[in-house]
Amino acid sequence: MKGQKKGLVAWFEHRLQLRKTIGPMLRHPVPRNLGWKYVFGSATMTLFIVQVVTGIILAFVYVPSADEAYQSLEYLNEQHTLGWLLRGIHFWGSSAMVFMMFAHLTRVFLTGAFKFPRELTWLMGVGLFVCTLGLAFSGQVLRWDADAYWGVGVGAAMMGRLPILAKEVVHLVLGGQVLGAATLSRFFALHVFILPGLLGAFLAVHLYLVLKLGISSPPKPGQRVDPKTYHEQYEKLLENGEPFYPNAAMKDAVFSALTVLALVAMAWYLGPKGPSGPPDPTVIPAEPRPDWWVMPIFALLALSPRWLEPFLMLGLPLCLLVIMILIPLLARYGERSPLRRPVAVVTVILLVPIYWVLLAYGYWAPWSPHMHAWSGTPVPPSMLKGLSPEELMGAVVFQNKTCRNCHSLDGKGGKRGPDLTTVATLLNHNELVRQVIQGGGLMPAYGKQLRPAEVEALVAFLDTLRPKDEPRPRQTGPKEIFPGESSGSTTNGAP
Amino acid sequence: MASKNTEQVPGADGQSTGRRGWLQWAGQTLGALSAIALGIPIVWYLLGPVLRRRSEAWLDAGKLDSFSVGQTKLVDMRNRVGRPWSGESARVAAYVRRRSQKDFVVFAVNCTHLGCPVSWFSQSGLFMCPCHGGVYYADGSRAAGPPPRGLYKLPHRMMGGRLQIKISHLPTLAEPA
Repeated sequence: MKGQKKGLVAWFEHRLQLRKTIGPMLRHPVPRNLGWKYVFGSATMTLFIVQVVTGIILAFVYVPSADEAYQSLEYLNEQHTLGWLLRGIHFWGSSAMVFMMFAHLTRVFLTGAFKFPRELTWLMGVGLFVCTLGLAFSGQVLRWDADAYWGVGVGAAMMGRLPILAKEVVHLVLGGQVLGAATLSRFFALHVFILPGLLGAFLAVHLYLVLKLGISSPPKPGQRVDPKTYHEQYEKLLENGEPFYPNAAMKDAVFSALTVLALVAMAWYLGPKGPSGPPDPTVIPAEPRPDWWVMPIFALLALSPRWLEPFLMLGLPLCLLVIMILIPLLARYGERSPLRRPVAVVTVILLVPIYWVLLAYGYWAPWSPHMHAWSGTPVPPSMLKGLSPEELMGAVVFQNKTCRNCHSLDGKGGKRGPDLTTVATLLNHNELVRQVIQGGGLMPAYGKQLRPAEVEALVAFLDTLRPKDEPRPRQTGPKEIFPGESSGSTTNGAP
Repeated sequence: MASKNTEQVPGADGQSTGRRGWLQWAGQTLGALSAIALGIPIVWYLLGPVLRRRSEAWLDAGKLDSFSVGQTKLVDMRNRVGRPWSGESARVAAYVRRRSQKDFVVFAVNCTHLGCPVSWFSQSGLFMCPCHGGVYYADGSRAAGPPPRGLYKLPHRMMGGRLQIKISHLPTLAEPA
């Protein structure tokens, strides 16, 4: 029996000759004690394989046509055996792949692994980076729901701001003049054929270079990269090295396996994302939101000054790409240890928290009006006790004129503008009237939407919310307020 | 160039060296030609959405009587510009404001900031965007927030007691309406 098995192995080996081809790859020497921080790259690749497999599986059922895609997603979620789980694995797998890629990128950046002679390996990595983000975004479009529809619309609106060829680029993105069937078809081709193919090509060269040049050794402070001596030093290091298989390879395998297990568990417990509402642009109360990794950009575009926006939308991504390409070309030699590269460390220490803070801010989205607050979040009854008819009228105005969509009372309501519970301790009567009539800052002018009596009632109501032990702000003079009067900032008069 | 090569490198198997030079020339030339023959149609095909002649459609938005003077109303129509299998995504909405008996103004629902759908609040006479908080007045002009301009206005006409709206493309800053 054993002899038979050996015979069979020998039969295949005689033809495939794996001992001569794969064997040396597995046994190629790597520095000893690489540690666990070298596992993120292989985990990203493992996740790519998971994405390819689950993507193909989903294509058995998913219909890439604008009139049936949504239905096929619902079918996958509700009816097809384990369709929900496969969708979940593919969705969370994409998130995990983006996450692992960032982890790998950060590790390579911090340990200076992109320096001589591995510049090209890094550049291939930049290609992988672009392809991965492209896959994540185009996948979001294939989930042909309201978020997908408006997501592409946002992309088209950004392209519409290009300084040249804007119209042409918009039409190329949409596949025509409008957003619809042609758009889905091209994002399908991009997501399923072009980007995975391109990613595979970059990956092949990336891996080839890792094998040819060897894994970068853990950096030591003071050990500078010098092209004249580098190869000699590395060879010497490898004399004390070990074969890639089994120690280093099994670390990769253990981490990748744990990643896949965690991924399946996540998909099992959290399920797939969406589809949200149908991709119907006449359903107006849509509140489109991007997937998590795009959230920081969503937040950035709400928080930035208007003059900076065109740069943030179009210039910044291009600048980041150029910087990524330039990094290995400009910082080729010298120290690799993060202990001797303060700029690199500070960059990471700054960028990582900024990213996560913006991401959290994107989910909170205080700048988005609460579209249903005017009808769904009433003024708390405790605030209405003992009010005069005029003040009650003010509360009705506050509710009816959609003030609540942007302003909270007692923390409930929109967060676009300030909570107005105690506004009467900050602004006096005239200043309140002026702010209502003229608006200013982020607030529209209500001069044309409210009658003078309504403005007076509103201000009277806001005054009743002032805590009784807090004084009214000093009257800054008998200013008559007329619509259209242009005076300075309204908060200047606050004490 | 090719002939020079053939003189210097004699064929190992005694073949005429001229033939080898000819083959190299033919391989390269035909290779380039086939790449062009394939490449041009592919690029042309991909650029189709840009090169194609523009289409447009006048869509029926309803009877003139269904719009009251001074009111803003959301209408939805079915777009005929896209492909026939566009499903729900071919529907298109617009805000119609009747300013007087004979004067209409039609706004696209897309916010001019990043294209999200704005909601109309008749109580306060404002359009609000759910994405980044852009606000517009009833006349479509920008009121507050990040939008760089007022709402896009769509071409419209009155025909036989009905309002028609011209839809040709997704409005963006590059191609407002």
